[in-house]
Amino acid sequence: MAGSNPNAKPMDLTLKVWRQRNRTADGQLVDYQVKNISPDMSFLEMLDVLNEDLLHKGEDPVAFDHDCREGICGSCNLYINGRAHGPEPGTTTCQLHMRKFKDGDTIVVEPWRAAAFPVNRDLSVDRSAFDRIIQAGGYVSVNTGGVPDANEIPVPKSIADRAFDAATCIGCGACVASCKNASAMLFVSAKVSQLALLPQGQVERKTRVENMVAQMDKEGFGACTNIGSCAAECPVGISLENIAILNREFLAAKATSNNLA
Amino acid sequence: MSWLSNALSSSIGRKIIMSITGLFLCSFLVIHLIGNLQLFKNDGGVAFNIYSHFMGTNPVIRTIEFVLLAGFVFHIYEAIALTGRNKAARGPQGYKVDNIGQNSPWQSRNMGLLGTIILIFLLVHLYNFFYRARFGDLDPDINSNDDLYTLVASSFKQWWYVLLYVLAQVALAYHLIHGFKSAFQTLGLTHRKYTPFITYFGYAFSIIVCAGFAAMPLYFFFLK
Repeated sequence: MAGSNPNAKPMDLTLKVWRQRNRTADGQLVDYQVKNISPDMSFLEMLDVLNEDLLHKGEDPVAFDHDCREGICGSCNLYINGRAHGPEPGTTTCQLHMRKFKDGDTIVVEPWRAAAFPVNRDLSVDRSAFDRIIQAGGYVSVNTGGVPDANEIPVPKSIADRAFDAATCIGCGACVASCKNASAMLFVSAKVSQLALLPQGQVERKTRVENMVAQMDKEGFGACTNIGSCAAECPVGISLENIAILNREFLAAKATSNNLA
Repeated sequence: MSWLSNALSSSIGRKIIMSITGLFLCSFLVIHLIGNLQLFKNDGGVAFNIYSHFMGTNPVIRTIEFVLLAGFVFHIYEAIALTGRNKAARGPQGYKVDNIGQNSPWQSRNMGLLGTIILIFLLVHLYNFFYRARFGDLDPDINSNDDLYTLVASSFKQWWYVLLYVLAQVALAYHLIHGFKSAFQTLGLTHRKYTPFITYFGYAFSIIVCAGFAAMPLYFFFLK
């Protein structure tokens, strides 16, 4: 394997994995042994090894969400040893490498826990609540036409940087998973502020924040208590500043919008 | 006005009520502390009793008392409502292993517990001092004001009372360390120029105010 460390010692691990047949069934943690795990593997590759073992034995493989496996799609979502995406800051589960663990370790793997994120099966959760929040207002509905000339719309560099930082949110849901209130405020705030900061977002600025917060509440997410777990666990480092922007946008919209409902 | 009630019962609306009432209660703490500093005056309680007579009879103060009561009621009511919503949001199955302690401060996660300790203290405190000053039969002092000072001095000669007060102030300090800066975050009053100051000021405010209150029972117990 290119770039792998030939001296890295393979590891044997004990996994405690949440198994649950479907949405309504009760689940429990089940113990599995995995052997010969290379420290260069990602966490998901280690689970692939487990699933291959299970298939060979004729058992059901563990269902888990994944797609790009390069830290940009936001599909992977595992609560590893009591931390969203594992103990490593600034990483998704797919970018968490087994070298962060030691030979003989016991690793507990659970799905995201939130009333708004029901477990489909095993470690796979339904995060379509996030999609519905985006559908409620997380877009700019103007005809964009052709590609505008560069710098045609003046945006100060510092504002563009802040909007871009908010836009890096991959919607993985680690904020909800790690929050003790299962609050989606970091996600919603990133989506609101990325558009509120830019000229293109101004037309729908008030309705956007009103509708997205209403949908967030309707989905059953909790309310933020500013404990900061979300930002600490966010794989792309979305800042709590966005939540303050969301609160400000919400307050301003409620005070001045023409929406009487 | 349904837009207003809808806004205030949303998750952010409830937090905004928490933050405004919380900051209002902080302003009360300042007034209460400054007034009560007269307990340290070595005049047998004459100044303190004049002050407590004024606070108990002045019509402006008596009116603001109801605003203060409303501040407490809304703060506590919203806390219960938000806690209920937030507990339900986790869903029926919680984590088997949760190391949330590695990514957030203890006091931030335990505002409800700290608030409950403060509430229990508050009820005891109101019963012992406020209720007896307002509705009880305190003896008059030399100015024929009710002698609240003697009641305070004798109460703080009991060790368990002093302990309750000091523990409650520790709880209040932790509650404020999170609450003060959190209120500004909730109101959206953040700015890279001012937020670091608000954070440090919140720390200093929490410790100075609570140390000031805790000094009163300790002063009477050890030095009087």
